[in-house]
Amino acid sequence: MQSFIDAYSWLNMRYLIEGLGVTVLVSVASIIGSYVIGAILGIIRYVNIRFLSPLVGLFIDIIRNLPLLLIIFFTYFGLPNLGLRPSSIWATIIAMVIFESTMLAEIVRSGIQAVPKGQMEGARASGLSYWQAMWHIILPQAMKKMIPAIVSQFISLIKDTSLATIIVLPDLMHNAQIIYGQNTNYILPMFLMLAIMYFIVCYILSVISRRLEKRLGSTRKQAA
Amino acid sequence: MTTIFAHYGSELLQGFGQTLLCSVISLFFSLIIGSMFAIFETTPIKFLRVIARIYIEIFRNIPLLVITMFFYVVIPLYLFKIDGFTAGTIGLTIYTSAFIAETVRAGINSVDPGQMEGSRANGLSWWQSMRYIVLPQAFRYVIPPLGNQFINLVKNSSVLAFVAGFDLMYQGNVIASDSLSTMSTYVCVGLLYLIITLPLSYWMRYLEKRLA
Repeated sequence: MQSFIDAYSWLNMRYLIEGLGVTVLVSVASIIGSYVIGAILGIIRYVNIRFLSPLVGLFIDIIRNLPLLLIIFFTYFGLPNLGLRPSSIWATIIAMVIFESTMLAEIVRSGIQAVPKGQMEGARASGLSYWQAMWHIILPQAMKKMIPAIVSQFISLIKDTSLATIIVLPDLMHNAQIIYGQNTNYILPMFLMLAIMYFIVCYILSVISRRLEKRLGSTRKQAA
Repeated sequence: MTTIFAHYGSELLQGFGQTLLCSVISLFFSLIIGSMFAIFETTPIKFLRVIARIYIEIFRNIPLLVITMFFYVVIPLYLFKIDGFTAGTIGLTIYTSAFIAETVRAGINSVDPGQMEGSRANGLSWWQSMRYIVLPQAFRYVIPPLGNQFINLVKNSSVLAFVAGFDLMYQGNVIASDSLSTMSTYVCVGLLYLIITLPLSYWMRYLEKRLA
């Protein structure tokens, strides 16, 4: 019991919370970056531009089917060969954006596909150009259907950030390892705290995602 | 790249084998555990439903790395020795089983409740109806998402690199630091992962289309 009290000292907890901050910061930056790039890739996939769309499709399929850990290694240890030397935070964000944008591209594409065809036809018939219709009519509706899926991607992003401890990103997992590295009595308390902290953050997000799913689902039914 | 394959072919192949082995073992056990909890969640018994819900929520919301490191670091400290491969496989199994439970539950729920009612009315017990009527229908719908879970499993098995599991990713790191040609090593490792995951993902997409 004493080891638990010692392990959860104010100093250690502050260090863990700092780590959690880095985890959340990296995840937020990555989800924003991957949403922008993912939306572009998803739209390119959807509108079927000759040569470009199949190429983007191939890129998406390849990246989606690789382990994130490999992409993290690749950006951190591989990019210096190309003359770039990202810090561990930037390397993680770049790796996450590369990986996660392909996931989001698929979400965006299926979100657009889920919007009834009549919406596009109606908008075009009302005199909007293809891109105007896409931007003002299709995307806002698709967005609504995508939100729950994006939130659940964000959850897996937060969990996956722990992988970046291997390139010494000072995130929650890494900071916990530093603390229990000092004293073997701290190992069990630290793992417990890790599980609790990750669980709280991810569980809150998953509750939000479920709520959104229900709410957006019900408004859709009302509209139909 | 060809030099990497020529020099370190046996290591890469060994890692490939370990990755595949670990993924298949984890898939097997997480299918059993996952289906069990999925059935728990759909039983009329409230206690089992609560147990299943807690298990699924906990392990879905904790990073795989934390679960794996728990088995690698904490278990040897208090209970018994455990090697990296076993710790990694156990971690993967627990983590994946929570996702498989969700998938199978969705499958069971997608079967018309009339099927269960009909078979109960025909005199089958709850478990018999589940086993012979509902589950066979559920699994047909569940195969594409289960395939995707297997793809995730193969990708996630790279976590074994953290616990010296001698998998593909681990061997890749060893080779990268030995040969100093990091880029081409990781490309080789990536290609080997794609050999498993890419055909599977195309196959699952095909099945999804056919079922839809």
